[in-house]
Amino acid sequence: MKNFSGNVLFLDRSDINTDEIIPAKYLTENTKGALKPYLLEDLKLDDRNPSGDIQGKGVVITRANFGCGSSREHAPWALEVNGINLVIAESFARIFRQNMYNCGLLAVELPAEKIDQLFSTFAGKNTFVETDFGKNLFIIKGDGQEIKISFTVSDFDRSLVEAGGWVDYADRKYQ
Amino acid sequence: MGKTIAEKIFDSHSVDNPSGDIHVISLDAVFCHEITTPIAINDLVSRGKDRVFDPEKIKVVIDHVTPAKDSKTAMQGKILRDWAVRNNIKDFFDVGRNGVCHAIFPEKGFVRPGYTVIMGDSHTCTHGAFGAFAAGVGTTDLEVGILKGVCAFHYPETMKINITGNLKEGVFAKDVILGIIGKIGVNGATGKVIEYVGPVVDTMSMEARMTLCNMAIEAGATSGICYPDITTVEYLWKFIKDDYVSKESALIEFQKLISDTDAEYEDVIEFDVDTLEPCVTYGYKPDEVKPVKNMDGTRVDQVYIGSCTNGRIEDLRVAANVLKGKKIKEHVRGIVSPATPGVYSQAMEEGIIKIFMDAGFCVTNPTCGACLGMSNGVLADGEVCASTTNRNFNGRMGKGGMVHLMSPATAAASAVAGYITNSGMFKK
Ligand code: SF4
Repeated sequence: MKNFSGNVLFLDRSDINTDEIIPAKYLTENTKGALKPYLLEDLKLDDRNPSGDIQGKGVVITRANFGCGSSREHAPWALEVNGINLVIAESFARIFRQNMYNCGLLAVELPAEKIDQLFSTFAGKNTFVETDFGKNLFIIKGDGQEIKISFTVSDFDRSLVEAGGWVDYADRKYQ
Repeated sequence: MGKTIAEKIFDSHSVDNPSGDIHVISLDAVFCHEITTPIAINDLVSRGKDRVFDPEKIKVVIDHVTPAKDSKTAMQGKILRDWAVRNNIKDFFDVGRNGVCHAIFPEKGFVRPGYTVIMGDSHTCTHGAFGAFAAGVGTTDLEVGILKGVCAFHYPETMKINITGNLKEGVFAKDVILGIIGKIGVNGATGKVIEYVGPVVDTMSMEARMTLCNMAIEAGATSGICYPDITTVEYLWKFIKDDYVSKESALIEFQKLISDTDAEYEDVIEFDVDTLEPCVTYGYKPDEVKPVKNMDGTRVDQVYIGSCTNGRIEDLRVAANVLKGKKIKEHVRGIVSPATPGVYSQAMEEGIIKIFMDAGFCVTNPTCGACLGMSNGVLADGEVCASTTNRNFNGRMGKGGMVHLMSPATAAASAVAGYITNSGMFKK
């Protein structure tokens, strides 16, 4: 199982699409590692490009409908090869969410108020999320503050994470 | 309680229910293209599992960048080609016989009512036009689909959109779907199946239904779906005529799939098209939609007519009707990409290609090309494209470029005017 704790990259916008996570022109790469430099290349938030802030981050916290658009699994791969194994959002586009779990990564939805609270308390500050996957608990710390938030993961998603992804899971289970 | 068409399809394909509302369903078709499949193939090879669940049910095309533009895209094609040979996959469409996946597979009769279809491509929802459950998936789902012939989904929740009224002249399926997405938003149907019903859909051709279903994903939907009817039977007849004694018997069989009258919906939306005007997007999200007249005068550098949304013969006919006897504005680069070789040769026969060329359009081979900004018409920073495609995301057609989505009629009219404008102004 992967590590789901790390420093937070806040992306304060809804509907961030997979073209913004990894532009189509990099889809010609045949290895995941080659995607590393291009994560969030085309994303602009308030006229600045958050791709400069990726270094050292392990968790993304964002708003609604994250990962909409193209089905490209290059989006979770680009996150993964940058050490980001967990995205916390108000909601996800279906394919992106499924792709995360299929890769053994975590995509967790929290209610809008919780997301608001995280942004208002921590955005712009050095923030760390400690994930206790067994207890379904995030401990979010930054700037002397600490918030604990419990989360839910369905049994099926949990077994995908534990199996290391859908290929291993399906290979064991289906003829 | 009755069932929706998607529920009926699920129930007849369910092989496992690992937990909650997750169902693992068997697949009737797995479609592949050269962008998302090679990494799945490489992974299967590295696992020592270089095999496929059923070579007959796997259909493969090279469409996104074709002919290859550089060594990397050439390698993607090669991986796919070699894999198809190794695994005895007969339905493989390479240069000269290839076209945009969601146009060529229906044209070959590979999608039937009641089918379950996946592909590593978000616009796989297009195939729901045939009364199939067709969904875009990522590479890992594709990999498992190729190996095992199954895929996991939440049991479908359906949003029914009842489309009523009469389309005005110059208003097409593309305007209808842009209007719907403008109304429900890019997140409006996330995780749901959109069922398109009503008198407007009933009178639509298969091509127009494919345009509707194609953009279901732009509202977040897993799939779009239309009920199979006599139009579906007519379209498929040449492929199914040996399986049914008559068109009527095929119709009776297919219509068993139609949602029961007491089926339960998550949402029912009424969409009346009586007052619908030609639509265009103005921002970087497909739900940022306005009537064309409110964008009139927006200068365009490029006009692109093609893609899995609007590169079919009907679309080319509509555009040619506007372009006939006219020249596109000098500063406009017009590009038309017939979606399949079949569309291309039909357009030649009908004199449509000549109309495009006489008007000053460049005619490309069938390919996704400019639609995703990888080849054949990439925009420069600051340039604007009037496009019949389905995505206007920032950077989609080239970094810093702006894409306005619209119907082929509006795109053709905008090519002539040099700015976004209503096709009505070119009415003969
Ligand atoms: S034409 Fe565009 S949207 Fe359609 S499959 Fe190709 S790249 Fe995707």
